Amino acid sequence: MYDIASIYEAKSIDDAIRALKADPGALVIAGGTDVLIKVREGRLAGCRLVSIHGLASELAGVELRPNGDIEIGPLTTFRQVAESPVIQAHIPVLGEAVDQAGGPQLRAAGTIGGNVCNGITSADSASTLLALDARLRVRGPRGEREAPISQWYKGVGRVDLAPYELLVKIVIPKDNYAGYTGCYIKYAMRNAMDIATLGVSCLVKLDGALVDDVSLAFGVAGPVPMRAYSAEAAIRGLPIREAVQAIGKAALEDVAPRDSWRASKALRVQLVEELSGRALAGAARKGGAAV
Amino acid sequence: MEIGRSIQRVDAFDKVTGRARFTDDLCPRPILEARILHSTIANGWVKSMDVSRAQALPGVVKVLTCFDVPPHQYPTPGHPWSVEEAHQDVSDRRLLNQRVRIYGDDIAAVVAEDALTARRALGLIQVEYEEYPPVLTPAAALAEGTPPLHEEYPGNVLKRHTAEIPLPESDFKCAEDVLTFPGYHQFRGHYETQQVQHCHMEPPISYAYAEGERICVVTSTQIPHIVRRVVGQALGIPWGRVRVVKPYIGGGFGNKQEVLYEPLNAWLCAQAGGRPVRLEVSREETFQNTRSRHPISFDVRAAVDGDGYLMARECVAVSNQGGYASHGHAIVSNAVTGFRQTYLDQLAHRSDAWTVYTNIATPGAMRGYGIPQANFALECMMEDIALQYGLDPLAFRLQNLMPQGYVDPLNGIVCHSTGARECVEKGRHFIHWDELRAKYQNQTGPVRRGVGMAVFSYKTGVWPISLETSSARVVLNQDGTVQLQLGATEIGQGGDTVFSQMAAQAIGIPTEDVHIVSTQDTDTAPFDTGAYASRQTYVTGHAIKKAGLQFRDKVLEYARELLPGGEKLDIQGRNVVDGASGEVLLPLAELALTAFYSFGHSEHLTAEATSQCRDNTFSFGCCFAEIEVDIPVGKIKVLNIVNVHDSGKLINPKLAEAQVHGGMSMGLGYALSEEMKYDPKTGRLLNGNLLDYKMPTALDHPELHALFVETEDPSGPFGNKALGEPPAIPVAPAVRNALLHATGVAVNTLPLSPQRLVEAFREGGLLE
Repeated sequence: MYDIASIYEAKSIDDAIRALKADPGALVIAGGTDVLIKVREGRLAGCRLVSIHGLASELAGVELRPNGDIEIGPLTTFRQVAESPVIQAHIPVLGEAVDQAGGPQLRAAGTIGGNVCNGITSADSASTLLALDARLRVRGPRGEREAPISQWYKGVGRVDLAPYELLVKIVIPKDNYAGYTGCYIKYAMRNAMDIATLGVSCLVKLDGALVDDVSLAFGVAGPVPMRAYSAEAAIRGLPIREAVQAIGKAALEDVAPRDSWRASKALRVQLVEELSGRALAGAARKGGAAV
Repeated sequence: MEIGRSIQRVDAFDKVTGRARFTDDLCPRPILEARILHSTIANGWVKSMDVSRAQALPGVVKVLTCFDVPPHQYPTPGHPWSVEEAHQDVSDRRLLNQRVRIYGDDIAAVVAEDALTARRALGLIQVEYEEYPPVLTPAAALAEGTPPLHEEYPGNVLKRHTAEIPLPESDFKCAEDVLTFPGYHQFRGHYETQQVQHCHMEPPISYAYAEGERICVVTSTQIPHIVRRVVGQALGIPWGRVRVVKPYIGGGFGNKQEVLYEPLNAWLCAQAGGRPVRLEVSREETFQNTRSRHPISFDVRAAVDGDGYLMARECVAVSNQGGYASHGHAIVSNAVTGFRQTYLDQLAHRSDAWTVYTNIATPGAMRGYGIPQANFALECMMEDIALQYGLDPLAFRLQNLMPQGYVDPLNGIVCHSTGARECVEKGRHFIHWDELRAKYQNQTGPVRRGVGMAVFSYKTGVWPISLETSSARVVLNQDGTVQLQLGATEIGQGGDTVFSQMAAQAIGIPTEDVHIVSTQDTDTAPFDTGAYASRQTYVTGHAIKKAGLQFRDKVLEYARELLPGGEKLDIQGRNVVDGASGEVLLPLAELALTAFYSFGHSEHLTAEATSQCRDNTFSFGCCFAEIEVDIPVGKIKVLNIVNVHDSGKLINPKLAEAQVHGGMSMGLGYALSEEMKYDPKTGRLLNGNLLDYKMPTALDHPELHALFVETEDPSGPFGNKALGEPPAIPVAPAVRNALLHATGVAVNTLPLSPQRLVEAFREGGLLE
C-alpha cells in the first residue's frame, strides 16, 4: 500500500502543466520506478501526484527528423529506446546504455525522461546524453524553451526545470552523432539490478588513426553527471593509441568523486583513470580502429 | 527402489502454477495490521514515549510500547529445549525493549485497521531517548569502561570457552609447547569474515487469532514446534494453549530457525481482544531486525613438521553477536569445532572461542552455522601454509585429512564414512587442476587467471550437543495409498519429496502413492524440531523408516488374515505379494477397502514412531574454482566452478544437484560481494535493502557444476548424510585461493569486493 494523498491523471501535456501550476507542490509521475520507491521508503509519503503515464501518444516514441536530428519523447521507456530502429541505426551507444539500467522489469516501465529529470548522477542515460550534447525541450505555461544538457544539472537531484514545467523532447542534433561511434561502460558491483559506481560514456570521431573529435562524460564522478572537457581537449588530434593511453590521467583533472560507504574516492579515481581509456578504445574499435 | 530416483518434486506443480498457498495466501481479510516502531539510536534507553497522537488517529486499534510488555525475558533460537537449566538458551529479549541494543530495535507497535494507517501512526509516536555511543566491534565492546549491553553480562562477553584435545604421550605438555617448538614450521594467520544475510524470498510473516482459550499463529517458519514453545514462554502461557501452523514457506536458510515476530504477533492479537492480526515485516526490517551470519575474526597458528604433517593448531575465534544472544555461543563453538575436525593434528589442538555483544544487527543461524566462517579461515590457512613451505596444496590437504574411523576427541562424533579423497580427485580432474596450476604460473599484465580449491567436512544434525528426536506417522487411505505426516518441514529444499521417497522405500510402495501432508499444525503434526543443521534426511529419515516399517508390518499382518497360509508376504508396487515368488496375492487397494469397511474386522491401519537419534556422521566435499582477475578495476570473474560432495547415498540426485547449485550461489555472494555495512557514527545499517546489499543476480553467475561421490553411510537411515548446508561452505576460500594463485596477493578478509581488491593490489604493488 503506497502512501499517496492524491493522483491526477493528466489528459494532455497542457492539462498536466495546468494541474502542476494549480498545485506547485505536486510531483510528476511517469514510469513510477523512481517516485514509487521514494513513496515506499517514506521520503515522499503522503505526496500529491500528477501522472503523465497516459500521455504516450504525445510524449513517447523516437523519431528521425528530416534534418537528421533525432527526437526522443521523454515517456519512451528504456526498453523502447534500446529497441528503437532509429537508435540502433544511428546512436547504438545510447541504446546500450539504457539497456543496462536495472533489470528487464524496470526497463519496461522506467522512462528516459524520468532518468533525465530526476537529476541523479548515476542515471544510466545521463553520461551518454551529455556526451551527445543533447538538447532538452521543456514546455511551461508560457510555451517552450530548449536548453543544452550541459546546463541542465543544478545539483544533487536538481535540474533546470520549474515545478510546472514538463520535459517534452530530448533532441540529439545530427552533428552530434553523425560520424561518431560510442561506448558506454557501466561499472557496478553487479551485472544487473544495480546502480553505477561509475558510468563512462565516450564518443569519438576518427580521422584515420587520429582522434578528430571526442567527447567523454561521467556519471558518479561528481554530484551530477559531468563532461570531461579537459581530457577531451588533451587528446584531440592525437593518434588513437596514444589517446587511449593519455585520456585516463587527463580525465582526473575533470572529476570530483567523493568518498562514500558505497565506494571510496580512491577507488572511483582509479576507475575514472582506467575506464576512460577502455571506453575510448571501445568507441574507437566500433569506428574501425585497431586498439 | 524409491531411494535414488530423481523424481519430480511432489510440490512442483503447485509451486510453478501459484497454487501452493503460503502464509499470506491463507490470511483472512480484512484483518488488523500490525507495524513496529524501530529505535533511531543503536545504544541507550527509551526514556519515555508519547503515543497520544498515534492513538487518536482514526483506524488505530492499539498502540503498545516497551512500557506495556510483560517484564520477563525469553529465548529466541530454534534449538530443542533443554530440561537442564544450564543448557537452556539465553533469555535476553522482551517483546518490545526499553533498553535499545541495536539501531532499529523494536520499541513499540501499532495495530490498525489497515497497513497505511498503522504506518502513519508510527510516525506520530514521540520518543525520548538516553543515548550511548554505538559499539560495533568486539574490540570496542571489550574495551575497559564500555557500558554493558545486558546487565547480566557486565563485560559484554556472552560466553567464552577454551578447549584442548588430550595430548598423546610425548615431551610436550600443552598445545603451546608444540606451537612454539622450534623444530616445526610455525605459521600464524589472521582471517576475517563479514556479516551477510540469508535473503530468503519471502520475508518473515505471520498472523495470529484467538480460538477459545487458545491463540493460533500461522507463520513462515522452519520450526513450528519450537515456535509453539517460545510463544508460550514469551507470553507466559501454557504451551498447550498455543497452536502454530506452518504452510509452504519462501525459504529460510536459518533465519526462520529463529522465533522472530511470532511472539509479538500473538501478544498483539491478545491485546486486540483476540481479533486476527497480521504482521509482515519489510525487506529493510528483515535486514535490520532479523538474523544474519556472524562476522567472526580468526587468529590461527599451526606447527607443521618437515614432512608436511600438522602437529598442532590453534584457533582463536571472536564472534560478533550483535545486540541479542539468539543462537549465541553455539555458532562460534561450532566454528572452532569444525575448524578442528576437517584435518588431524598429530599432537595438539587448542580452541579459544568468544561471543561478544555489540550493537550490530543480531546474527543467528545461517546455512552452515559457523562453518562457512571457520572453513574460510581453515582453507586460507592451509593454502598459505602450503605456499609458505613449498608444499603441494592438494597433497598437503590429503595427507592431513580426517580419516575414516576418526573419533572426535572432544564430542565423540565418528567418521562413519568418507569420500573426501575421491571428491578432491573428481574436482581436480573436472577443473583440469594440474594443467591450469602450471599454465597460470608467472603471469603478467592487468588481467590474470588462477585456480583454487577448498575442502570441508560437516556434521549431520546436532547430536550430541543437543537432542535429536523426530516422529513420523503413516496413515492408510481407502485406496491403498498412504498419508505421511511429519513435524519435519519443507522449506523449499525438497524435504517433502525425499520424505515421501523414504516412506515409499520403507513400506514398499511407489512414491506416487505417498501423500505427504506438507503443512505442520502443532495440533496434529507429530513432534519434530524442524529444518536446520542439515538434519532432516538423517534424523527424520530414521523416524520415517521406523514408522514405515511398522506400517508395513501392520499391513502384512492384516493381509495374513485375508490370505490364510500366507507366511512370507511382502509389499511390492501396489500389491501384497508372495515374498519368494513375487506372485501378486492381493492389491493394496483391495486390502485397504476391506480394512476400512469389513464387517468382520475393521481397522484403520496406521503407524507412528519416534526415533531419537544418538549418532552423527560427517559429510564432506570440496570446491574448485577457476577465475579471471581484472586487476585495475578490482573485479573477479568466475570462469568455471564445481562443488563435489560426499553426502552419502543420494535420496534424489536431481534435487541434490539443485541443493548444491543454491549453496554455491550463496557461496559466491559470500565470496565476492555480500556484506552488511554500518554507519560508524550512528550504528545504522547502511545497506539493508536488495539494491545496496549486493546479492549476485543471474547475470553474475557462472554455470554451476555439482558432482557427487556416493558413499553408503552405515549410520544414515538410507546410507545418507548431510547436504542441506554444505554446498555453501567451500566456495569462498576456493575463490580466495584462486585469487592468490592468479595474483600472488593474499586477501584475508571477505568479501573479495572491488574496493578491497584494488586496495590489496595497490598494497601488493600490482597497481601504482
